[in-house]
Amino acid sequence: MEETWKTERNAAHLLAARRKRRKEMGEGVRIGARTVILLFFAVLFLIPILLTITNSFMSASEINANYGAVFATTESGGKVFISKTVTLKFIPDMVSFAQYGSVLFRSPEYLLKFWNAVIYVVPIVVFQLFVAMLASYGFARYRGKVRGIIFFSYVILVLMPYQVTLVPNFLVSNWLGILGTRWAIWLPGIFSPFAVYLLTKFIRRIPTSVFEAAQIDGAGEWQMFSRICMPLCKSGIFSVAILLFIDYWNMVEQPLILLPDDALHPLSVFLSKINAGEISLAFAVAVIYMIPPLLMFLYGEEYLIEGITYQGGIKG
Amino acid sequence: MAEIKGFMRAIEKFKKPGSGRGNRVRRSRREQRTRFVSLLYLSPSIIGVLVFFVIPFLVVIYYSLVNNPVQGKFVGFRNFLSVWNNDAFRQAAGNTLRFSFTAVPLAVIGSLYLAAVMESRIPFKSRFRTFFLSPIMVPIASVVLIWQVLFHYNGLINEVFTALGGTKTDWFKSDFAQIPVMLLFLWKNLGYNMILFMAALSSVPHDLIEVAQLEGATKRQIFFRIKLRYLSATVVFVTIMSLISSFKVFREVYLLAGDYPVSSLYMLQHYMNNTFRSLDYQKLSAAAIIMSLVIIVLFFIMYKAEDKFGRDVED
Repeated sequence: MEETWKTERNAAHLLAARRKRRKEMGEGVRIGARTVILLFFAVLFLIPILLTITNSFMSASEINANYGAVFATTESGGKVFISKTVTLKFIPDMVSFAQYGSVLFRSPEYLLKFWNAVIYVVPIVVFQLFVAMLASYGFARYRGKVRGIIFFSYVILVLMPYQVTLVPNFLVSNWLGILGTRWAIWLPGIFSPFAVYLLTKFIRRIPTSVFEAAQIDGAGEWQMFSRICMPLCKSGIFSVAILLFIDYWNMVEQPLILLPDDALHPLSVFLSKINAGEISLAFAVAVIYMIPPLLMFLYGEEYLIEGITYQGGIKG
Repeated sequence: MAEIKGFMRAIEKFKKPGSGRGNRVRRSRREQRTRFVSLLYLSPSIIGVLVFFVIPFLVVIYYSLVNNPVQGKFVGFRNFLSVWNNDAFRQAAGNTLRFSFTAVPLAVIGSLYLAAVMESRIPFKSRFRTFFLSPIMVPIASVVLIWQVLFHYNGLINEVFTALGGTKTDWFKSDFAQIPVMLLFLWKNLGYNMILFMAALSSVPHDLIEVAQLEGATKRQIFFRIKLRYLSATVVFVTIMSLISSFKVFREVYLLAGDYPVSSLYMLQHYMNNTFRSLDYQKLSAAAIIMSLVIIVLFFIMYKAEDKFGRDVED
């Protein structure tokens, strides 16, 4: 009698232990499965970038042999026909820096277009931020009904796609006589309300008591703006700068409509017009164009993430 | 999106009689000064926005209602009708909508899935996050080369298809041309959405989930009944942001297929570009207004839906 009771209890104990172990094992398997899924996606996400980089180290003849057919068909004027099939290769037969050499020293037009991109993006980012810093301070300092309406219309403007906003931009550029000049890109870019929208969200997090205390201590408005407000939203400014930088580094729509002259186009538009005779350079140019945003990403990933979450209004 | 919601609530409050009005207190000197300072700091931005966006947009409205900018004869909605009945516009709008209505749900669900996996127990979390975010920082112009190579008639994708017993497709010249563009769109946008969902998921109150677990809720129930309700605002925001990026997909199409792509890739921005080239201000204006109205209507529908679905979990 007693014996059976004991074994029964033992069995129950064992069963529970086994169940627990199985549950732990299940958790381990689940973590493993998740990791495999994520690895799969990570590879998919990284392959295009890695391929572009490795292919840029191939020699001209290797690239022509591999991809000649692609660009001969997309650019009907091409003459390069070495191989009909397209072979995608990960690792170059022989690592060569020749492509970079010819981009940097022998084909000035790519560097010119790269420089064009810099000339557009840097002033837009700097001045849009400056205008936005002032404006967001203005929004944060006093919150009334009128300012609410203004801010709301800024939000609507931020949400409008290029198909809508480019029409007014085109009209103004035409009236001011700056159509086809760099100003047609700079000015609408500088006054675009995106940075105002995001920075205001950052500043509104600062408690008003901070400003009140500063005022009691005798700080003037400019001092409060430059010594208190801006240092407190340094991370916000970096976040906005990164988001603005990628957006304008990638621009395609604005130059196509506002700049009829190809010579003023940035590399983001020009890269697609690479002709069949120069496809060997394309990958090297593509990599060079990736470097500035990727560097920003390496040093500012946290800011990028913060900027995105603020945009979503999840914090703040 | 919080702004739109706040604004709608403010309007509702304003409409109610007795609140807000009548109790106007005389403003102190100091407050007047703050108001002035605030206006001073706002002025560069307001002037710029007025000059480059608002005033020309009013002119756009005017142009859309007259026969031509020189004569200025009022024609009612004739310009809108001629845009609406234009075959090119219809095709462009159809393609854009078809693209948006497929790509946006895929982008929202895909990124929500990724975020849910990322928020669970996994090793190398921040490494994975970096990988998924990196496409955001890569200019599209730099990767279209790889896309062209992959989806070429003799390219890798077709080789895989033929190996599996399928037939070759000339992707960028076929009716399926939207597929490679959609993949590029998802590649570029999933990481951004994932970050938004991850932030939202981590803000779901933890004790609520613990209580649910104690009461024997399954993981699926916890996700659909609790987390998703807290996520509703973010779902709406991510949908809107993806919708906006899907309107920008012209970028990808232009870099992949140029000014004159296959008919299935002819997007609204292509239509706008062609109308810009012919300098037809009336059509351009009418088209811009139609689009802005469609977008505003879409936003408000989504706002209303979110307000209904997520109301009980807020504040």
